[in-house]
Amino acid sequence: MNFDFSDDQKQLRDEARRFLTEKCPPKAVRAVIDGKAPYDRELWKGLADMGFLGVAIPEAFGGSGAGHLELCVIAEEMGRALAPVPFSSTVYLAAEALLLAGSDAQKQKWLPAIAQGNAVGTLALFEGSGNPSPKAIKLTAANGVLNGTKKPVADGAIADFAIVAARTGSTGRDTDIALYLVDLTSEGVEAKALTSIDPSRNQAEISFKNVKAELLGAANEGWSILSQVLDRAAVLISFEQVGGSDRALEMGRDYALDRIAFGRQIGSFQAVKHMLADMYVSATLARSNCYYGAWALSTNASELPEAAAAARISATQAFQHCSKNNIQVHGGMGFTWEFDCHLYYRRSNAVAVGLGSLSYWEDQLIERMRQKNAA
Amino acid sequence: MNFDDTPQEAAFRAEAKAWIAANAPKQYEDELKKAALGRIQLKSANILEVAKAWQKKKADAGWAVPHWPKEYGGRGASPIERVIWQQEEGVFGKLGALFIIGHGMCGPTMMAYAAEEHKRQYLPPLASGEKIWCQLFSEPAGGSDVAGLRTRAEKDGDDWVINGQKIWTSGAHYSDYGILITRTDPTVPKHKGLTMFFLDMKSPGVEVKPIKQANGQAEFNEVYFTDVRIPDAQRLGAVGDGWNVSLTTLMNERMAIGANVATGFPELFEFCSSLMLDDGPAIDDPAVRSKLANWAVRASGLRYTAFRSISALSRGERPGPENSIGKLVAGAMLQDVATYALDLQGAAGVLNGPEDAEVAGKFQAMLLRSPATRVEGGTDEILRNIIAERVLGLPGDIRVDKDVPFNKIPTKGR
Repeated sequence: MNFDFSDDQKQLRDEARRFLTEKCPPKAVRAVIDGKAPYDRELWKGLADMGFLGVAIPEAFGGSGAGHLELCVIAEEMGRALAPVPFSSTVYLAAEALLLAGSDAQKQKWLPAIAQGNAVGTLALFEGSGNPSPKAIKLTAANGVLNGTKKPVADGAIADFAIVAARTGSTGRDTDIALYLVDLTSEGVEAKALTSIDPSRNQAEISFKNVKAELLGAANEGWSILSQVLDRAAVLISFEQVGGSDRALEMGRDYALDRIAFGRQIGSFQAVKHMLADMYVSATLARSNCYYGAWALSTNASELPEAAAAARISATQAFQHCSKNNIQVHGGMGFTWEFDCHLYYRRSNAVAVGLGSLSYWEDQLIERMRQKNAA
Repeated sequence: MNFDDTPQEAAFRAEAKAWIAANAPKQYEDELKKAALGRIQLKSANILEVAKAWQKKKADAGWAVPHWPKEYGGRGASPIERVIWQQEEGVFGKLGALFIIGHGMCGPTMMAYAAEEHKRQYLPPLASGEKIWCQLFSEPAGGSDVAGLRTRAEKDGDDWVINGQKIWTSGAHYSDYGILITRTDPTVPKHKGLTMFFLDMKSPGVEVKPIKQANGQAEFNEVYFTDVRIPDAQRLGAVGDGWNVSLTTLMNERMAIGANVATGFPELFEFCSSLMLDDGPAIDDPAVRSKLANWAVRASGLRYTAFRSISALSRGERPGPENSIGKLVAGAMLQDVATYALDLQGAAGVLNGPEDAEVAGKFQAMLLRSPATRVEGGTDEILRNIIAERVLGLPGDIRVDKDVPFNKIPTKGR
């Protein structure tokens, strides 16, 4: 047993941190929040040049083929820096779906473009309020023609293509759902940007009117593919959440060391110390659950569904806990626009619901544990 | 990042598994599985005898304390092999509860500070369970502030003469030896006047009185010392260096407790899987699921945090203050899990008779025992201070007694 990343992987993490510290300071995040651009294109191109976009894409499809453990350490740094780019939509969702279910031609068309930074992809799943469920999918597909609306779609207004979950039948079974690959420049597609609690990331509504689309994977396997994609993305997004948790904890710790009140560092008061200690506990539990998720993801272990749900729950809790208490440690200053605390608070709460919310994953985890026990 | 055994680890596991299958006291397996938190009792046998017999059997085959050096009764196993042994020993590991303090804290302190002849004399019978050790640290006036202890040791020829009282000493009533921290100089600030010894618990002047606990059991004791003589040769570390010696013990305590803590989660999950509510099995209820999921990820988070620590340990890193997280999380969890299990039982949750209560009263016992878990071996608050100060680097508390001679520190609040 060796329950840690390798030295090479740690080196990659350091490299990613150096790169993002330089290219993605809070100022860059704020430029997107202020609406100067829908995402940071220069950073996106830089990530491609560093090889980060294609780290888990095989060499045959234009990536470096390094693997998913490498992607995990990069994800952590992306979360830590609050990178205002469509990384999770493109790399964790679209690319993973293509890798799992795409035809050779589909992979050849999109994966090299992703790795080079020339294509932004996303997953169009949700149709209003609710969590991932085959029942919630109303958008129809008939003879390869899509009709319906998806909302919210993360990075939907900046994506070049989307994997769209569509209904092909009404038997009430999971096999009613198919996945389609849609070039978002196609006729009949209309994307409209939406405002959100985290303006550092794009959210959109996409409507499809008689849009021609190609199947991704077998028609009756859409939901099964989607479930696997969600599990894989859950682990990766959890690493972003862990990165964000750690940064929020550090910000709180640093402020507690700098700020003087009642004639002493506020970090010397037990009420503040214990709050920070509890944040450390949350972040540590999340990190450990994520490491297990990373192991399951990288080895395609049968434990992945359970490991992914545990990582997701733990990381969601940790990021929300650390980001809200970071504001609390900062006191009034934490509630100013000028301080960066709210950027983490916003991201932590946006990412908490973006891939199925906490209650969804809680239910999934226990269901999966129950099934394993019954087996 | 992998969980696979290396070929050597696989060979170690196979050897351990085979030996346990051939030798474990399987007649007690079911009872041990069902055992509640706290002191284990067996219906048909004396737990002390069963535990000692299992430990001796392990010792004869070299499995007693696998990670100790061979010459002291171990087999020089690596940190990973230690975990593999624990995994394979499984439920029979519960029989080791009596030896945790000796193996986890007293032994390592002896290894670090005792004379070589003493190590060779005392450690093998400690490993084999033939002799049981206890740790005499806490006092009525020194709990979280353990350096505030008052038990005096005064030099008299080649001996030290001990007078005072210890409290919360686990297993003192069946212990053969103990490690004891005393005050040898009350005229210097409190951390500087302490000295550590080991002693024979049968020494004249040692009196052990069990404490009846809030849950009705008696795992702990008060220990009184009246003119007890300890030879200077049994001193551990320099005179006045007892605080540093105790830190070695406490560091090992954290690793011993932190790596293998009970959270109550597996028991609750099993209970919710079998419990029927009005609308079906409890485990299908969304509110129950939400609670279970929250505890599930805390339990798994602790498990994998321990794996990370063990991986660090096998790279040669020392167990650090980050291991405080284990008991901090698990202690609160036990209490919350037990409270929730009673809630699910409704009015019948009040019953704890083995025949009347759900799961033979396991959760009721957990409820009544769990407050101690949050106090023993470092309170939740002390553990948070350790994390805040020694992991996060926050300032220590302002200590008003830091530079004051011990005998000038006030002794009454009002």
